[in-house]
Amino acid sequence: MKKQAVFAAVVVLLMAAAAYAAFFIAPTDSRQGLIYRIIFLHVPCAETGLVSFFVCFVANVAYVLKRNPQWDWLGVSAAEVGLVFTSACLVTGPIWAKPVWGIYWTWDARLTSTAVLWLLYVAYLMLRTLIEEPDRRALLSALFGIFAFIDVPLVFGSIRWWRTQHPQPVIMGGPDSGLDPLIFKVLFFCWVPMLALMVLLMQSRYQLEAMRGDFEMVRRESEAA
Amino acid sequence: MKNLNSVFAAYLIAWGIFFAYFVSVGIRAATLRKDLERLKNSLQRNK
Repeated sequence: MKKQAVFAAVVVLLMAAAAYAAFFIAPTDSRQGLIYRIIFLHVPCAETGLVSFFVCFVANVAYVLKRNPQWDWLGVSAAEVGLVFTSACLVTGPIWAKPVWGIYWTWDARLTSTAVLWLLYVAYLMLRTLIEEPDRRALLSALFGIFAFIDVPLVFGSIRWWRTQHPQPVIMGGPDSGLDPLIFKVLFFCWVPMLALMVLLMQSRYQLEAMRGDFEMVRRESEAA
Repeated sequence: MKNLNSVFAAYLIAWGIFFAYFVSVGIRAATLRKDLERLKNSLQRNK
């Protein structure tokens, strides 16, 4: 518990440092002005969300193969945390889009596939609330989670495969893409606290799920007694 | 300084989402811990 509190304090400090770097170290974009600084929040949120869904996918596959409830606990924790980061991405994107594109939202490939991703993982969590029996719930949600993950490569590839309103990739985007080296460094630095926050949230959520597992066990014991 | 409010709003909303989630996990854990204790106690009493 004490270790987790120290880790939480470190995450808060890192986030404050990232915000400082985003506002005071990164240069102002000559075309977009201040509003482009949302990139230091929006992109790390999006990437961290995808990493969380990847963790969820790995846990789901592991559960199907090994049927160990701990993989199920990790799966649901990662799905929930992924949803939190994707929600932040879906909120910050339109705030950035309005002054730059003149609109909050458009149904282009990147935005639509991200919205579908969000809905798929909401469905994953809703599915879990509908099934009482723990083993059946874990198996069905793991299978659904594996299916839901199909959208993750689509989100990643959407701005590479199709011409979209969303900007083309600036990281891993090919020879003509790229960022100013200082902006790239700050962006990478801003991703670190997001990953640390992801670990912190996933750890807390996993502990909750483990406790829920204990609760189920004691409840079954009490019913049998 | 154009759009500074929008940048601040984005940061506040995102941090708010993270904080609210962290607190919600804490509240759910505290509630479950109480329920678990209660269940364990009632099980002990019945034995």
